[in-house]
Amino acid sequence: MNTVLVLSALTIFVTMALALTRALKGPSVFDRIVAVNVFGTKTVLIVALITVISGNHDLIDVALVYALINFITVVAVLKLTRMRDLAASGEGDITDG
Amino acid sequence: MAELLINVLSGILLLAGGVFGILGGIGLLRFPDFYTRLHAAGITDTLCAFLIIGGLLLQVGLTLFSLKLLLILLFMIFTSPTASHALARAALAAGLQPYYREGDSNDAAMTGESSSKP
Repeated sequence: MNTVLVLSALTIFVTMALALTRALKGPSVFDRIVAVNVFGTKTVLIVALITVISGNHDLIDVALVYALINFITVVAVLKLTRMRDLAASGEGDITDG
Repeated sequence: MAELLINVLSGILLLAGGVFGILGGIGLLRFPDFYTRLHAAGITDTLCAFLIIGGLLLQVGLTLFSLKLLLILLFMIFTSPTASHALARAALAAGLQPYYREGDSNDAAMTGESSSKP
């Protein structure tokens, strides 16, 4: 069973490499953000897999916190590219309906 | 017997998750413009997380650990589409035009301009 887990982890690593390539190449800033978002999601999965492979079950908290931070990061960077200021609010905010 | 069944099922889920992850990565790398890349990445992101965490859940049984895995899964199911939506919306608002072939109707490219203020 451990073999399948390691194989699955390897495929996730390949995906992370592909996403990193897009993040380095990406013509627009949004391409880079979506690549970093994919990279973060795959990091959560890899930490969960490593937790089960190594049997050290405390490590899952890292994955939980990383999943929370990843979403906040994407929204914060989007706001930063749009408003040039994280504290700003008003016309043209991406949180407007 | 039951353990073998669970192992096989979990293995299938884990490998399917890995395959979908790679497919999403290839789509992210090879598609022609931002919106098609977002389509590839956004869909496979959610599906890959669902399959791999599902496979891990079958492995570990019913403990506090599986509860935390379920929490991660729940959070990803909510945030991954939300992040994709926010990205697409921000790109449209920034004036990024969707890709379309020459000779196709221009409507798809124009809706972004007119509907940015609903």
